Amino acid sequence: MHFWYSLVDLLLPFDWMQYGFMKNALLGVLLVTPIFGLLGTMIVNNKMAFFSDSLGHSALTGIAIGVILGNAFPLLNIKPIWSMMVFSVLITIAILVVKEANTASTDTIIGVFSSSAVALGLVILTRNGGFNKYSGYLIGDFLSISPADLLLLGIVFVLVILLWVLIFNKLLLASMNPSLARSRGIKVKQYEYLFAVMMAVIVTISIQWVGILIISSLLVIPAASSRNIAKNMRQYHIYSVLIALVSGLSGLILSYFWGTATGATIVLITSGFFALTFGLKLRLG
Amino acid sequence: MKHPICVNSDCKICESSLCCTKINNFGVKRSGIEILKNVNLHIHCGDLTAVIGPNGAGKSTLLKAILGEISHTGELQFLDANNGTTKPSMGYVPQKLDLDSTSPTSVLDLFAAAYTNLPIWFTYPKKIRERVRESLALTHGEHLINKRLGELSGGELQRVLLALALDPVPHLLLLDEPVSGIDQKGLELFYQTVSTLRKNYDLSIILVSHDLNLVAEYANRVAFVNNRTIECCGTPQEVFTNEKVIQTFGLDWSNRFQRVEKDRVANALLV
Ligand SMILES: Nc1ncnc2c1ncn2[C@@H]1O[C@H](COP(=O)(O)OP(=O)(O)OP(=O)(O)O)[C@@H](O)[C@H]1O
Ligand SMILES: [Mg+2]
Repeated sequence: MHFWYSLVDLLLPFDWMQYGFMKNALLGVLLVTPIFGLLGTMIVNNKMAFFSDSLGHSALTGIAIGVILGNAFPLLNIKPIWSMMVFSVLITIAILVVKEANTASTDTIIGVFSSSAVALGLVILTRNGGFNKYSGYLIGDFLSISPADLLLLGIVFVLVILLWVLIFNKLLLASMNPSLARSRGIKVKQYEYLFAVMMAVIVTISIQWVGILIISSLLVIPAASSRNIAKNMRQYHIYSVLIALVSGLSGLILSYFWGTATGATIVLITSGFFALTFGLKLRLG
Repeated sequence: MKHPICVNSDCKICESSLCCTKINNFGVKRSGIEILKNVNLHIHCGDLTAVIGPNGAGKSTLLKAILGEISHTGELQFLDANNGTTKPSMGYVPQKLDLDSTSPTSVLDLFAAAYTNLPIWFTYPKKIRERVRESLALTHGEHLINKRLGELSGGELQRVLLALALDPVPHLLLLDEPVSGIDQKGLELFYQTVSTLRKNYDLSIILVSHDLNLVAEYANRVAFVNNRTIECCGTPQEVFTNEKVIQTFGLDWSNRFQRVEKDRVANALLV
C-alpha cells in the first residue's frame, strides 16, 4: 500500500488526491471497473442483465442472514460480505437448476427468485424498525474502501482475469449454441455455472461500494455501449473495458467535487457513453 | 405387427470389418413427455444416412441426443476400423442459430474460439487466419471471414457453420437441415463436398432433410422418423415405397420419385 500511495503522490499531485481514502478509492476503481467491463460483455451476449440485477437484490437477503447469524453467534464475528456471498452463490445455482427444469421462461423464474429474496431480506431487516442502518448498501460508498478490502479485490481481480483467459472461448461457443458447443466437446453446463457463480462473487464483493440499486447498470452499460460500435470480439472487449475505466475514474473525481454518490456518478457517465456510441452507430450505420 | 411393411433389419447390422456407429434403444423424455423411444440405428462409416419425417417428429431431438446435449436412455457406441470402441468426434450444423443480430462476433471469432484456447478477446494465434480461410474455402465462403455473424444471410451462415463442422474432420457429421437456405449452386457444391468427404475420410453422415428429391439422389440409407420412433429404415428405394412414408408425404411425391429413379437407372445404363 505504501508503494501505491507514493506512486499516486508522484503521478497525481493534486489536492484532492492527497487523502488516503481517495487513493484507496482510486485503486478500487482501477480494479473493479475493468472486471465489470470484461464480465459485462458476456452478460450482454447472454441477455443476463436481469439476472445480474436480481443478484444485486438478493444481496439484501444475504445481509439480513448475516445479521441474524451475527446476533446468534456474536463470537464468530461473521461479516455480512461472507453471508452475502454464500447466499448469492446459492440463489444463482437455484435459478440455474430451476431454469433447466424448463417449466417457465427464464425471465419469470429470475423475477420470482429476485422478488422473493428482496422481500425476505426486507422482512428480516425491518423487524425492529432498524432498516436505516443498512440503507447504505442501497447506494454504496466507494470512499469507504479499506486496504483489507483492496487486498481481497486484488485477489479477485487476478482470479477473474485468469479465468477469463482460460474459459472465454468455450463460454462464447456455449452461449451461441449449446449443441454446437457440445459437438466440440465443451461441457456446456459446467461453464454456464462457472460463469454465473463468478458473476455472483463479483457482484457481492463490489456491492458495498457500488450499491444495490445500480450495480447491474455498471455491469451492463459499458458492454452495451461497446456493442454499439464493436465489429468483433476484440473491439467489443477493448471498448467495454475502456469505457468502464474512464467512467470509473472520471466518476470518482466528479463525485468528490460534487459531493455525490460515487457509484451513481459512474453509472451516469457510462450512460453518457451509451448515448454517444448509439449516436455513432446511427451515423455510421 | 404394427407396420407390416417395415421389416428391414438393414439398419441394425454392422459388418464386423467396418467402423460403425451404433445407436441402441434410444429414448428421450422432455418435461415428462416421451419424444423418442426404441430408436435403433446403425451407421457405417462412409454412409450418408438421411433422416426424414414430418415436422415435430423428433428429428432434431434425435441429433441432440446423439450429441449428448439432452439426456436420453439407451447407448451410443462407436466402433472404429480396428474394432476398438471410442468416443466419436462430432461435427454439427444446427437447424437454426438463435443469433442476436447485433452480436459483435465475427466469423473469424467463431472459428478462432472453436479452434484454440487463446482467448480471442486478447489475441489470435498467428496462423489462424490462414486456417480459417482454408476451412471456409471448402464451402466457398472465404469472403465472409471478417463479417459479423449477425449480418450474414441465412445461406451464408449455413456455409460458415458447415465449414466449421468439417474442421477437424469428425467421425460423425450431424447435419440438421443444413442446406435449407442455400442456393442451387451452393447446393451442388454442398453435396459434392459431402460426397468427397465421405470417400476421402470415411466419415459417417446423418442428414436431416425435408428435400426428398435430394435425399433420394444422394443418401444411401434413409430413416423415417414418425410416431416417436424410427418407423422405417433402409435404402431410399425401400423407404420411399413404404406405405407409411407414402401416407405421410403423399402419393404424388412417391410417384414422382419412382419416375426419377427410373430415369436415373436409365441414365446410368446409357453411360
Ligand atoms: N425443450 C423442449 N421441451 C419439450 N418438448 C420439446 C422441446 N423441444 C422440442 N420438443 C418437442 O419434441 C418434439 C420433436 O421436436 P423436434 O424439434 O425434434 O422436431 P423435428 O422433427 O426436428 O421437426 P422439424 O421438422 O420441424 O424441424 C416436438 O413435438 C416438440 O414439441
Ligand atoms: Mg428440426
